[in-house]
Amino acid sequence: MPKFAVIVFPGTNCDFETVETIKKAGGKAERVWYKESLKDFDGVVLPGGFSYADYLRGGAISARAEIMEEVKELAKEGKPVLGICNGFQILTEAKLLPGALRPNKIPRFLCRWIYLRVAVTETAFTSFYKEGEVIRMPIAHAEGNYYANNLSKVRIAFQYSNENGEIIEDANPNGSLLNIAGISNENGNVLGMMPHPERASDRWLGSEDGLRVFKSMVKYAKR
Amino acid sequence: MKYKAKIIVRLEEGLNDPEGRVIGKALKNLGYKIADLKVPKYFEVVFESENPEKDVEEMCRRLLANPVIHTYEYQIEPLGE
Repeated sequence: MPKFAVIVFPGTNCDFETVETIKKAGGKAERVWYKESLKDFDGVVLPGGFSYADYLRGGAISARAEIMEEVKELAKEGKPVLGICNGFQILTEAKLLPGALRPNKIPRFLCRWIYLRVAVTETAFTSFYKEGEVIRMPIAHAEGNYYANNLSKVRIAFQYSNENGEIIEDANPNGSLLNIAGISNENGNVLGMMPHPERASDRWLGSEDGLRVFKSMVKYAKR
Repeated sequence: MKYKAKIIVRLEEGLNDPEGRVIGKALKNLGYKIADLKVPKYFEVVFESENPEKDVEEMCRRLLANPVIHTYEYQIEPLGE
């Protein structure tokens, strides 16, 4: 059974539910303090939260922590690396993914349910979805406005849409370019997303659409 | 040798500055004719170095600014031994 590290920085706060969701998806998972090592893990999840209180820019300080060198090694080896919310910010700040997450267009914290359209299924985290499928999960962020100056390097994984899967301005909560909610690297083994799939992993949470992100990841790590 | 660097990090021209927009609106409400307002970040760094220009340039590129969205400028003054 593949074993995942859920990295905890000072201020991370979605670590426990992320561990539980990975277990539910059929993997092993452990919380790993950012000063510990990532030896013997088959993949890494950078969970949501407010590491270092979002000082400077969301994820900016964590991205320069020593453990991120190990994350980069794992990513290079082709192991799955998933960043959720603050974790996505860390991945862009660490240059593991292109672009940047800027403050929301309307400058405030947004916490609500949104619809997403799955844009690509050939990644380590989306193989259990159908292309074009519309899924529902919550967002909770103040800096999720995706921007990149060179879109040719960006592989879009999820886009904010309406219930019918239409990518329209009204369905864009934060001003992201092209309604981008999540992107992956070219290899498909590193993915960052602003919405919280772990908060949509059981029917009693209001949706279980997010569970398949973790099921896909576990399946990919088993190869 | 000790130096002090005064560093300003700005959003790249043309990028929307939500905080600046809101503050500008509040000034408008106070009766001022605001055409534009931006909120750059300002840092004061006291440091020791053999090569202050190179170090400050690196500090900006590696952490203080995000090259995807920011430009930066700085002044360095010597503080003595």
